[in-house]
Amino acid sequence: MRRENREREAGVMAVPSAEKFYAMLRSAAVAGLRILDEVPVIRIGTATCGIAAGALLVRDTFRDELNKRGIEARVMEVGCMGHCYAEPMVIITKPGFPSLCYNNVDEELAIHLVDDFLARGDPCYEFAMAALEPNDFFPTFQDFPRGIYEEKMILGDCGLIDPQEIDHFLARDGYLALCKALQTESNQVLQEIKKANLRGRGGAGFPAGEKWDMARKAPGEIKFVICNGDEGDPGAFMDRNILESNPHLVIEGMIICAYCVGASRGFLYIRSEYRQAVCRMERALEQAREKGLLGERILGSNFSFNLEIFTAAGAFVCGEGTALVKSMEGKMGIPEHRPPELAESGYLGKPTVLNNVKTFCYVPPIILRGARWFRDVGTPESPGTAVFALAGKISAPGLVEVPMGTTLRQLIDDVGGGVPHGKRFKAVQIGGPSGGCLPEQALDIPIDFDSLLGAGAMMGSGGIIVLDEDDCMVRIARFFLNFTQEESCGKCTFCRLGTRHMFRILDDIIRGKGEMGQLETLRRLAEDIKIGSLCNLGKTAPNPVLTTLRYFFDEYRAHISEKRCPALSCPELTVYFIEPKRCSKLCNVCIGSCPVEAIFTRDDGLKAIDQEKCVKCDNCLKACPPDYSAVIKLSPLSLLDERLGKNK
Amino acid sequence: MSKKVTITIDGRRISAHEGEKLLWVALDSGIYIPHLCAIRGQDRPPAGCRLCFVEVGGRLGPVTACTEPIREGMVVRTRTPRVDRLVETAFRLLLSDHRLDCKNCTKNGRCELQVIARERGLGPDRDPLQPLPAKTYIDESPRTFVFDPGRCVLCGRCVWVDQQVAGVGAIGFSGRGIRRRVTTFGDSNLAESPCTECGLCVEVCPVGALFFKLPAKKTKGDS
Ligand SMILES: Cc1cc2nc3c(=O)[nH]c(=O)nc-3n(C[C@H](O)[C@H](O)[C@H](O)COP(=O)(O)O)c2cc1C
Ligand code: SF4
Ligand code: SF4
Repeated sequence: MRRENREREAGVMAVPSAEKFYAMLRSAAVAGLRILDEVPVIRIGTATCGIAAGALLVRDTFRDELNKRGIEARVMEVGCMGHCYAEPMVIITKPGFPSLCYNNVDEELAIHLVDDFLARGDPCYEFAMAALEPNDFFPTFQDFPRGIYEEKMILGDCGLIDPQEIDHFLARDGYLALCKALQTESNQVLQEIKKANLRGRGGAGFPAGEKWDMARKAPGEIKFVICNGDEGDPGAFMDRNILESNPHLVIEGMIICAYCVGASRGFLYIRSEYRQAVCRMERALEQAREKGLLGERILGSNFSFNLEIFTAAGAFVCGEGTALVKSMEGKMGIPEHRPPELAESGYLGKPTVLNNVKTFCYVPPIILRGARWFRDVGTPESPGTAVFALAGKISAPGLVEVPMGTTLRQLIDDVGGGVPHGKRFKAVQIGGPSGGCLPEQALDIPIDFDSLLGAGAMMGSGGIIVLDEDDCMVRIARFFLNFTQEESCGKCTFCRLGTRHMFRILDDIIRGKGEMGQLETLRRLAEDIKIGSLCNLGKTAPNPVLTTLRYFFDEYRAHISEKRCPALSCPELTVYFIEPKRCSKLCNVCIGSCPVEAIFTRDDGLKAIDQEKCVKCDNCLKACPPDYSAVIKLSPLSLLDERLGKNK
Repeated sequence: MSKKVTITIDGRRISAHEGEKLLWVALDSGIYIPHLCAIRGQDRPPAGCRLCFVEVGGRLGPVTACTEPIREGMVVRTRTPRVDRLVETAFRLLLSDHRLDCKNCTKNGRCELQVIARERGLGPDRDPLQPLPAKTYIDESPRTFVFDPGRCVLCGRCVWVDQQVAGVGAIGFSGRGIRRRVTTFGDSNLAESPCTECGLCVEVCPVGALFFKLPAKKTKGDS
């Protein structure tokens, strides 16, 4: 057995020609791209986020306008740099100028840029967002508050290279790590990953090296490597972004992993809604095969590895390893008891390494720069960087990559620009449906895989939703519980029925039908579901409830005993009211804004709301001019009678 | 492979084959552990009902006995406050989704939910959980038996015997979360499915969800 292993090892051992092979590929790529240094290049972010903001129209406008004027320039589609609030983003590199990035570009600005910058020579600094390289004219992204914290280990090329052209990746030393790995004994490569203490970025933070080692040592000739691109957390999009913006980095990481464990086949499990990601990945795989970087005898070595895409129906629970593998086998995506771990018995019962998209992305840089380089960033137990998706009540939502150990406060206030519109911060929901809601006092905890557990939350896959004073914490808990109880596979008792009961209790509470006694039931259920469930979906589902009970108990009590929603957010406990003192008789925008004609003019000329008709759509509150701000919300409902009594 | 090992369950020393699943070792020695979904000899037990929790020395939290292979020197406790609490919650959750009507149920007296209640001293009266809306549809299409999903606890025993023992494949699981159910392909009546009415599923159903028509004539001891 051991001898066999050794022989196999020798079989896939390094051949010196890999280096030459790679050097040829790279110099051809560099030569092919030399043109980009000679003509202006217009990079347009056309990842899903850019497209949603209208990037394709901007791209076509640039092309048309350049053609019309006969300007020689390259229009290049790139992925996303993570500044979601600024899409569509365009980067213009014109010889003689620093590369300049423009935000929120529309057709008009595109034409403007062609006319003034590309045709003449005015870079329109007034529309620029940042320069890419340090220069004497314009600040760079590093000068942004977020630039101080950002440290890009894996997102560095996203938004700069054309994900559909392998040469762009090659020219930036792409696949160099693979070349280096193939010339090193596979166990040594694995040891480097272990030394780096690379922990899985899919949520649980399990050490990748240990997992690989387990699969490597597991008996059997056939082994698999699978990339988990299911990404089912509501609102999460980091993995999609990487798949769309830099697919080759993922491929390279997977090949190196396969080399370490001795796998000959691999799969990229991507949800089918991610059409753009699937499309770009398909093209990337094709190009990698053409160049001899994937398939038989990679880079001329004895190592062969085939990689294909598995498009999945995309259920949240299918992101769980055992369920993922079952769904690939054509069965229902239902989790199974572990052990056995996938590394011992996974896809088709064979040893299988399953890692997250981001986890694979860290592999090439670690191999290239060494474990030390990786460990020098982050915290001792969670080295490296973390990718977060900032969303919710935050000025600059988007993707950021920061060292592990950055605090929530730095992320929210400095990187994300804080809570907008002068509202008060209330809580941050971190880790998606398996995470928790943390209050102000938790903001100074340095975030890594383990640090938030004590506070009842977890880093999870890196979703961060900022909540302000207008968010009702009971509703937030209910939102996540609704998600988990819908997404539960239904196999085990605690998760199927327990989360359902929890959801019903929360629903009662936000409708003003809750009782204090139910809170004890809620807490007991939450605790038992955490221990009793089969898989991590159920085991983590109660976290949003447990943390809101812990930090925002007052809100629960207000809903139950006073029938009051402190955030004025639960429609059943809130009414809209037009403050007669503030209402201007001369204005009637609210009347026009109401979709159900619930607002009428009183005999005295002031406006009022017919509560029977009001559907609580919030339109009038938004429509009332800030000078008056006459539309207000009241909770509990009984306040309305008080007001009406007083003002009549 | 099958070395004999000695383990201790609730203070009793028991010897059995190494690697055997704890649940069956305990049951064979007359030590009761609540369970609904486990089937003897299954390679990978579903571990779905979450009733067979026990505590094992050296392990942090309660573990399911159906998935736990025994090894030399293992010390097991079937009744601890943590175990009892989990079992009680799981049981009450199952009852909240089970149309309770024992008087009119053919399984009254033999129902495994009743066994659990008796063994662990759990009655339906203290249940603080609001019953979930019961499934009202009943499939009476087979000639010899009835399927009443409102009583089903989703243990999956019927599905297992249908697929693995009878080899028919008339029934399976469908739906996610609270909508998970035992059904036929395309949700047709059993009579319109490949079901051969071998009756194996009825025999393994732990509750009154699958029962033979004319039970009084077929089964002894029913009240
Ligand atoms: C309900 C559920 C959903 C999950 N979804 C994902 C997912 O979308 N992507 C992912 O990488 N991991 C997901 N995971 C974690 C995986 O089970 C697994 O731990 C991970 O893919 C391993 O890779 P890593 O070690 O690189 O993180 C999920 C886990 C659970 C329980
Ligand atoms: S915890 Fe939920 S998702 Fe996981 S196996 Fe149980 S029912 Fe399915
Ligand atoms: S019908 Fe009976 S045997 Fe089948 S899953 Fe339901 S309770 Fe189990």
